[in-house]
Amino acid sequence: MICPILVKIMLDDVDRRILRQWQADPSLAPGELAQRARVSVGQLARRQARLREAGVVRGVAAVIDWTALGYAVEVSLRVTLDKTQGTAFDDFLAEAREIPEVIEIQTFLGRVDVRLSVIARDMAHYQHLYRSRILTLPHIADIEALMHVARIKSDPALPL
Amino acid sequence: MIQVDDTDFAILRLLTQDAGQGAGAIGRACGLSQPAAWRRIRRLRDAGIVGGQRLVLDAEALGFGVTVFLGVKLATKGRVSLEDFERAVSAIPEVQTVEHVLGLYDYRLRVVARDLPDFERVLRRRIMTLPGAGEVEANVLLSEERRPGPLE
Repeated sequence: MICPILVKIMLDDVDRRILRQWQADPSLAPGELAQRARVSVGQLARRQARLREAGVVRGVAAVIDWTALGYAVEVSLRVTLDKTQGTAFDDFLAEAREIPEVIEIQTFLGRVDVRLSVIARDMAHYQHLYRSRILTLPHIADIEALMHVARIKSDPALPL
Repeated sequence: MIQVDDTDFAILRLLTQDAGQGAGAIGRACGLSQPAAWRRIRRLRDAGIVGGQRLVLDAEALGFGVTVFLGVKLATKGRVSLEDFERAVSAIPEVQTVEHVLGLYDYRLRVVARDLPDFERVLRRRIMTLPGAGEVEANVLLSEERRPGPLE
């Protein structure tokens, strides 16, 4: 049986130049991007296709500004789970996925087990979500909240 | 704030999956004509609801195997200005996000590194030396999923 092995492609300086410019502004037209990366448009298209095929580039996603949709409150909930229950992680994550206002779920090695990013229209809405949906999640041993005040830097770019 | 309906939510869901789709493809998926879809996308952009685009990269395939979240407490509040700290921390290339938070910590940082020794280098040379940085808590990211959010 042949096992599917993820082939790691070797990136050269041209790939890095393209990725640096592309991630800096994914909405650029091909002509403009090619110019900034100092490659021809044809070369750019071939390299982009190769990077996508290799899975290095998974796609371009639109970013939703939740505040513009009326969600003024964002809270980071840091959760410690009761790990004496073998299925604590799976049970907790499965139920957290059912809450629409949870926009991000991360698991960690460290003092915190899971972090949920929760958005709400206002503090009253948050209070309601917290009591009716969050605190009812299974196997919570401890929970801490960090309230977002401001996003100072938000740059998913990698230091290539 | 503009009114958004179920069709707008459907368009937003499609755009968060692939921002490169044209109005034609979006329209077909939502049962709209191409011009009608284009007008709705334009309206969502103008309202700032579609905030921008993000290139989704496989960090691991690019050699960045470690992501660590740091909770940072400022040691000497009042003496060091928040602006100085924010400016210095934002200038570190390995720091992807900086959030000012209320609670246990003052700032929450997302740091990407090639491996743990590389992370240690960033932590010691760049983070610990920041003006005003006090207590730091680190949690290594194991898994991460972005959810569609309340787009119903």
